[in-house]
Amino acid sequence: MSHNLPALMVVIPMVLAPLAALVGRWNASWAVAAGACWWALYASVSLLMRVMDEGVIRYALGGWPAPYGIEYRIDLASAFVAVIVAMIGAVSIIYARESIAQEISEDRIPLFYAAFILSLTGLLGISITGDVFNVFVFLEVSSLSAYSMIALGQDRRALTAAFQYLIMGATGATFIVIGIGLLYVMTGTLNMVDLAERIPAVADNRTIPVAFTFLTVGITLKLALFPLHLWLPNAYTYAPSSVTAFMASTATKVSVYLLLRFFFTIFGFEFSFERMQLDMVLMPLSLVAILAMSMVAIYQQNVKRLLAFSSVAQIGYMVLGISFGSVLGVTAGILHLFNHALMKGALFMAMGCVMYRVGSVRLDAMAGLGKKMPWTMAAFVLGGLSLIGVPLTVGFVSKWYLVQAALERGQWGVAGVVMVGSLMAVVYIWKVVEVAYFGEADPDHEIREAPLSMLIPTWVLVIASFWFGIDATGTAEVATAAAETLLRGLP
Amino acid sequence: MSEFAGLFNYWAVILLMMVGFYTLISRSNLVKKLIGLNIFQTSVIMMYVSFGKITGGTAPILVEGDHGEAVEHVVYSNPIPHVLMLTAIVVGVATLALGLSLVVRINEAYGTVDEDEITAKDNAQ
Repeated sequence: MSHNLPALMVVIPMVLAPLAALVGRWNASWAVAAGACWWALYASVSLLMRVMDEGVIRYALGGWPAPYGIEYRIDLASAFVAVIVAMIGAVSIIYARESIAQEISEDRIPLFYAAFILSLTGLLGISITGDVFNVFVFLEVSSLSAYSMIALGQDRRALTAAFQYLIMGATGATFIVIGIGLLYVMTGTLNMVDLAERIPAVADNRTIPVAFTFLTVGITLKLALFPLHLWLPNAYTYAPSSVTAFMASTATKVSVYLLLRFFFTIFGFEFSFERMQLDMVLMPLSLVAILAMSMVAIYQQNVKRLLAFSSVAQIGYMVLGISFGSVLGVTAGILHLFNHALMKGALFMAMGCVMYRVGSVRLDAMAGLGKKMPWTMAAFVLGGLSLIGVPLTVGFVSKWYLVQAALERGQWGVAGVVMVGSLMAVVYIWKVVEVAYFGEADPDHEIREAPLSMLIPTWVLVIASFWFGIDATGTAEVATAAAETLLRGLP
Repeated sequence: MSEFAGLFNYWAVILLMMVGFYTLISRSNLVKKLIGLNIFQTSVIMMYVSFGKITGGTAPILVEGDHGEAVEHVVYSNPIPHVLMLTAIVVGVATLALGLSLVVRINEAYGTVDEDEITAKDNAQ
């Protein structure tokens, strides 16, 4: 049982997905989905414990050893990402129960939960697999189910958003397959460890830089790095609330992990940063993402859309950390991956509560909500503080590391941009606070506080974002160790 | 010239890839976009299959002599890229099916499958 845990973590949710679709009653399918998510959380946490104790776990699927079969290879970075995904999944499935019951018609709910579990399966699979083609398969499992979940949004624009995401996502995935194929033709292997060993010998051939380019473009499309982010704002705005909370905290994060995996483990630091000068591409793009997308967020009237643009800016922070190519920088990137999952999850969940009671998340509909939904709006304010990076929140921890990484390089300008980005976050969070707490509520309109089953998951994430902000030693240690393993390359 | 002929598959791949990608970007009709996407994906399938083929290679099934012993020095084609592409075909079909069903629902909701008209209707709201 415990030996087969890596496979079971992925396989059990995958098997439960058709079950959730077939049980018929929406309550039963929710229970199946909740079981799958909590199982994944248990499995990923115990895997992380094992990796911290014993080091890298290598698991041969079906008993076929590495060059012939697919191998799961779990190091600190992959276990950490799997825990993030499973944790957000477990929290948002609790949240989803009431919210989905209201947003989606009853006959479609079992299918929705099946798609939800499949998406989780795909994301978990990407984070622990050691085979590059397997990455593509899991990527498509998670993306296809994500497209269908987004299309279930109430507004008809959810359909066009899902279609746009499908076109761009499928293009990105095809780019990734082209890259993988070119790597295979040069090395004759799909296993990440073997690839890392064989690439240096053929790195002078033009095929390898071409493969590198295809993979970079494909993955940055998936993680919505500016200017390839066009699918993201609409998808996050019109998807059902719990889907937005889940996707915003997991899907792009797993893509960032893939970026790390390909750049550092497979191609290696020297090839990616010294030969291909990746930092020359990633750093300007992430700086523009931080500034331009925060600016766009300030002008949004729909708060979910505002948060979506802020997500693109936050992805800029993560990629900025990676683009330093130093232990401190990559640590900042991985930390922000975790921290942003907590705070954006909390913020989108708070907006889901508003959507549940008010039926709109436009600024003009939120006037005076601070009095009517005190717990929801308090959660939003605290999540917002974290987004800004106020001390004692997780947002502060990741920005602290990011600024340190910039100063280590002597890049004062970059550190300045990080600060300016935080100030812009103050502006767009304040816009919401101003309307909610100082606006006049419509007295004829009776609005109650959101149900507890939605408030508790939101507050769990809010409290977690303070918990890990006040005591960041645990997460920082894991992130630093993960960054060191990534940068060292394979033994 | 012989180099061109020898790389014929790859020229076809590049052509299909560009045709598909251009259609995907330039057309405003959603169904045509999906057709472009599918051509783009198919070109990748052709690329992989070309990788796996070895000139003079036979199907990767062990060739046996008259008395059941394995014959040496037989050239086999590489089956792995072909197997990978079976998966990619399944993924492509699933993507296309999902895309087309979205187009059907978009048509029900908007009464058109043209991207420009959809944008105009959204803005008019």
